[in-house]
Amino acid sequence: MRVGLFIPCYVDAFFPEVGIATLQLLERLGVDVTYPLDQTCCGQPMANSGCQKDAAGAEALFVANFQEFETIVTPSGSCAHHVRAHLDAIPQTREVERVRRSTYELVEFLHDVVKVDAFPWAEFPHKVGLHNTCTTLRKLRTASASEIDEPFFSKPLDLLRKVRGIEFVTPSRPDECCGFGGTFAVFEEPVSAKMGYDKVADHHRAGAEYIVSADMSCLMHQKGCAERLGLDIRFIHIAQVLNGSRA
Amino acid sequence: MKPVDHAEASSHFIEAKAHLEFHDRRLWDLRVKRDREAHGIPEWEELRNLASAIKEHTLSHLTDYLEEFEAQAKNNGAHVHWARDASEHNQIVYDILSAHGAKTLVKSKSMLTEECDMRPFLETRDVEVIETDLGERIQQLDNEPPSHIVVPAVHKLRGDVSAVFSRTIGSEPGNNDPSYLAEAMRRNTRPYFLSAEAGMTGANFAIAETGSFVVCTNEGNADLSANVPKLHIACIGIEKIIPKIEHLGVFIRMLSRSALGSPITQYTSHFRAPRPGTELHIVLVDNGRSQRLGMKDFWTSLKCIRCGACMNTCPVYRRSGGLSYGATYSGPIGIIIDPAFDIRKYSNLPYASTLNGSCTDVCPVKINIHDQIYKWRQVMAERNQLPLVKKEAIRIIGKVMSEPRLYRAAISATGLAIEHLPRFAIYNWLNPWGRQREVPEPPKQSFRSWYLENRGRQ
Repeated sequence: MRVGLFIPCYVDAFFPEVGIATLQLLERLGVDVTYPLDQTCCGQPMANSGCQKDAAGAEALFVANFQEFETIVTPSGSCAHHVRAHLDAIPQTREVERVRRSTYELVEFLHDVVKVDAFPWAEFPHKVGLHNTCTTLRKLRTASASEIDEPFFSKPLDLLRKVRGIEFVTPSRPDECCGFGGTFAVFEEPVSAKMGYDKVADHHRAGAEYIVSADMSCLMHQKGCAERLGLDIRFIHIAQVLNGSRA
Repeated sequence: MKPVDHAEASSHFIEAKAHLEFHDRRLWDLRVKRDREAHGIPEWEELRNLASAIKEHTLSHLTDYLEEFEAQAKNNGAHVHWARDASEHNQIVYDILSAHGAKTLVKSKSMLTEECDMRPFLETRDVEVIETDLGERIQQLDNEPPSHIVVPAVHKLRGDVSAVFSRTIGSEPGNNDPSYLAEAMRRNTRPYFLSAEAGMTGANFAIAETGSFVVCTNEGNADLSANVPKLHIACIGIEKIIPKIEHLGVFIRMLSRSALGSPITQYTSHFRAPRPGTELHIVLVDNGRSQRLGMKDFWTSLKCIRCGACMNTCPVYRRSGGLSYGATYSGPIGIIIDPAFDIRKYSNLPYASTLNGSCTDVCPVKINIHDQIYKWRQVMAERNQLPLVKKEAIRIIGKVMSEPRLYRAAISATGLAIEHLPRFAIYNWLNPWGRQREVPEPPKQSFRSWYLENRGRQ
């Protein structure tokens, strides 16, 4: 299977280690991965602000970069969701529709497509709080949400449970949004920061040494909050843990 | 008109730390109780599907059901009035009151009369209006609108209530005991029930086949308002109709569980006909509802049964308070209703959301609230309602992201390449980010340049 790797702009710019871990992990699992060099962004920041016209250029470029691939994988729930559910600022040609259908968030790709049964190289001897991002939880539905009356399931936990030495702690409000919300973080700064403070404090009280998530954007926000509060808590993307990062 | 600035208002709400902590905890507690009740019913998700289907069916045949309701209500001996908008509603109510020489009106909670601004209209015409719901009465005495559609004074601490009551109804200053305060309010309000010439209620549901309507309360104040005076006026939004009495059970099972996490309200009162020697007037109100029914992306907002579950679960609402929305309806449901009343005034509200989707998942009638918030943002952009600075910032990012070379320059290994971007575009983002958060350190190289070095076979 030829997979096109989409590394979101903020991961490319600020967290290259997350991109590297994603690439190495997929290669280890025998996936034929290519990173198209002219990629930028999926269009989400503009589209989430309602500005479809300003999103069109990035969306067209995204499709141009990825249309040659059978499958597209990205270590970001919100970007994958944007492509699948909202990439509609440009005409919906057959190529566009196929690219949208073929885009996966990393956890669901590993869980549902590759169906990984072991990560023998992975060991993470720490207390971990899992941050289910709102997009993976309530849009991609990679885990059951506390609001819905349904049997418990969690694709990220299924994967993380295959990592040696990992111990999970649960905050008092596991499904509460952390307040990142894309441009919300900037345009609604007071509430965004307060939500972030509450989120990291909740994990800290539960005894988490690390917060692990499938979205680095939420973690970037939470990390900024924890550092400002002086809380001793660290942040790591699920791709890094599954790829064998020890800390 | 200047748009409501939710972000600015929320910063003041957050500064009042004790109030904020209480508000967040109290409403989260309602959400937790709601989960417990909802998960205690095996068919909960099926009930949601049914409720949604009944409402969508009714809204798609609204004229038929409204006419059936009117005919049945008249058969039962009620008077039925139709109000196109808020001012017609207020005038109709006033005309009924003056025809009966009524100078005092006791009323139970109604978001519709808030929406119509009825109280000030009647008060300037010498009608004394007494809110009889405890929370609503607190807000009336404090000259503030309700901050929540179910618990109107939830943003106040008991000390605040004590201060309002001692200032307005002569309770003992500094006595913050909730039972004492509730009793003080009861003593103040009871005489009005006995002397008022008219009573008013809203309705949670109006049933087409019977011409009757149902009011759900926990304090019994609606029953006193409706049953003591000789004149009962019920103001009902046209979206409150359901076809048959057998449908009621679906909604009654979910309303209070969603709202307060209790199995049912203390009182579920059915009103069908006037008592002998009294009059019952029903005012059916449109006030923008027909127009909303015609909006492709937003008509299902009319399914709302006003339980407030979306507000209780909303992490933004809990940390900004209902008054910060500057509108009759606040929280997620407010965000998708308010702009239909006044697009300019409420143009910022769709941005007072992280689009986390919890509102949609708790909604007992399955309104896709967060999708509608997303859609309203598109409407705001299309109608040129974005503040200039925001609009420009987004335009510039859009341009940068559509050109790989510009993008690479912007994030080049030296960090943010300021020379390639207008300074304001950068500080516009960095300043608010850095006010209460650390800014991430730019790494030595981007992922792309690492890839070229390590996998550079292309």
